[in-house]
Amino acid sequence: MNPEESYRPTLPVELADGVRPGPLNGRRPESPVAMPALDGHRPGEPKSDAIDVWDRRIARGLAFLRRRLAGGYEVDDFGFDRELTDAIFYPMLRVLYKDWFRTEVFGVENVPDTGGGLIVGNHSGTLALDALMLSVALRDTHPSDRHMRLLGADLVFRVPVLAELARKAGATVACNPDAERLMSGGELVGVFPEGFKGIGKRYADRYKLQRFGRGGFVSAALHTGTPIIPVAIVGAEEIYPILADLKPLARLLGIPYFPITPTFPWLGPLGLVPLPSKWLIEFCPPIPTAHLTEHADDPLVVYNLADQVRETIQATLHSLLEKRPDPFGL
Amino acid sequence: MVTYSAAGPPRVVVVTGVSRFLGARVASRLAADPRIERVIGLDPLDPPATLASLLEDVQLIRADARAASGAIDDLGAEAVVHLAVAGAPDPQHGGRAAMKEQNVIGTMQLLAAAQGAGRLRKLVVRSSTAAYGASFRDPAVFTEDTEPRAVPRGAFARDILNIEGYVRGFRRRRPEVAATVLRFAPLISSTADTTLTRYFAQPFVPTVFGRDARLQFVHVDDALEVLHRSVVEDHPGTFNVAGAGVLLLSQAVRRAGRFAVPLPEGTLSSVAAVARNLGVGQIGLDQIDLFVHGRVVDTARLVKEFGFTPRTTETAFAEFIEAHRSGSPLTADRLAAAETAILDGIRRVRAAARGEK
Repeated sequence: MNPEESYRPTLPVELADGVRPGPLNGRRPESPVAMPALDGHRPGEPKSDAIDVWDRRIARGLAFLRRRLAGGYEVDDFGFDRELTDAIFYPMLRVLYKDWFRTEVFGVENVPDTGGGLIVGNHSGTLALDALMLSVALRDTHPSDRHMRLLGADLVFRVPVLAELARKAGATVACNPDAERLMSGGELVGVFPEGFKGIGKRYADRYKLQRFGRGGFVSAALHTGTPIIPVAIVGAEEIYPILADLKPLARLLGIPYFPITPTFPWLGPLGLVPLPSKWLIEFCPPIPTAHLTEHADDPLVVYNLADQVRETIQATLHSLLEKRPDPFGL
Repeated sequence: MVTYSAAGPPRVVVVTGVSRFLGARVASRLAADPRIERVIGLDPLDPPATLASLLEDVQLIRADARAASGAIDDLGAEAVVHLAVAGAPDPQHGGRAAMKEQNVIGTMQLLAAAQGAGRLRKLVVRSSTAAYGASFRDPAVFTEDTEPRAVPRGAFARDILNIEGYVRGFRRRRPEVAATVLRFAPLISSTADTTLTRYFAQPFVPTVFGRDARLQFVHVDDALEVLHRSVVEDHPGTFNVAGAGVLLLSQAVRRAGRFAVPLPEGTLSSVAAVARNLGVGQIGLDQIDLFVHGRVVDTARLVKEFGFTPRTTETAFAEFIEAHRSGSPLTADRLAAAETAILDGIRRVRAAARGEK
């Protein structure tokens, strides 16, 4: 089975019966790309003109369950499980994205329709929810149905369960071989060069970009001639405002920071509920790098380009903040 | 780089490890090749009866590498194929100590002997993708140039690193000998009997909680083809040999129709250690490392150099499942039947409910 073509119409969640484009909608009992396996299952079906929506939903749900239980799906070399991501992960994240954070997206036309791209964003918010919301934003607003492949810190891949989920959702370890392999394969790669310095910074430092490391992401883009798309994310800073960071405790637990927020750790697990800030995401025009491929190992070129990306994001953050005077407004 | 192609296939080939599954098959294939005049099998053990029929045309010398050190030169060997690499300790033949003796000391002695063999022009060594070690900072896909980041915990993986180290030394001392190192993914086929095939043949398979390793396999027939080509053709260098594509451990377990029993890593290690001591164990630290980190390799270099593409991981595994259908409680057919039954049941109930209205 080719998942590229067949996984979308077979999702267990009825996404868009009414809105799915197609001239035959409303008259055909089956979508044009229905599961072939199901055709044999409807011998005594009454010849009714009305679509039996629930019958289709149940059939799809069961087919999905059967495929999952039999292992009849595909993952790529990085462990990305497209079907699971689209059917389970995105619908769950969409609740946060739409209803909780009321996210608005600008400039999605700056993300190329085909071929590789390196999406570089600002990182904030104690837990890396901004990375997840960015992938939902791209998935939901981009016309070509693109998935973002996140690069995560190796800490993510040390933790059981989290490591498994991250790989299945398409993430991989932030290292140049993986980034270059993904980009040469025409994937959109998402990276947050600030890393823990970004998500672990205090609320007082909100929307101030931290250092961009050694610019490894730039050299990966230069090696493969992939365009860099800076992206500014406003909203994540307010979800868990860090008032203080208990460094000794963090060191004891082996984590990069131990945040004290207005709700954590006072309210226990309730402290994990993010505050409902208003989110704005803006994709900036791509910076081409194809003409710089031979300078991939030149530290000056790499540093200047990293700085250019950083300045672009910082400037876009300021302009977005002007559009959003109240962090918790509608 | 010196070109060897003018010399053609070697006339006299020494194969080590012919008492084992892979060694016997490689020796038998080489003996059947008319371009090769003589195939000599070197092994400290007699081949078991099941393999003896394969080795009719192979001249067997029952000796370990040390005793055979003179033999390689005396026989005029032009190629040495080193396959006496044990993947797991065999409790019936001395356990881990014997495994290390064979893998590490055996390779050292064989390569010392090969170094003194004047007519030798080709060396083929069986290695494993375990050579990449296992670390959380590893890239997702290993190329032949990836260096291991941490010394692996598993005995086999450590042996493999030692073996490759000896081959590097050999390459320095005899640069005119074409040395081919083949890093195989776990071998699989309908008949192969390895730690992993036995693992997947159990009805309940222990896995590591919270981890879903990416696995690759290579079909035994493809491994044989690559080994054969490395002997009769010239392909110096190191090559990954694996089927393209990836199966997750959970996915492989489901496709095989088994039940996964996830255990925390620490528990699994201790359970495996106790089981090993009782002599029923099949899982060692090598397997646990594999199940925690997964292992995927890039085979572009193999495909380009050998002009040969092994069948995919998915195909190789499907063939294995086909042969091990028996004893699987949860087959795809049964799941499909259950799906139909549930769907029909729901339809009947709904039809009945509509009828009442």
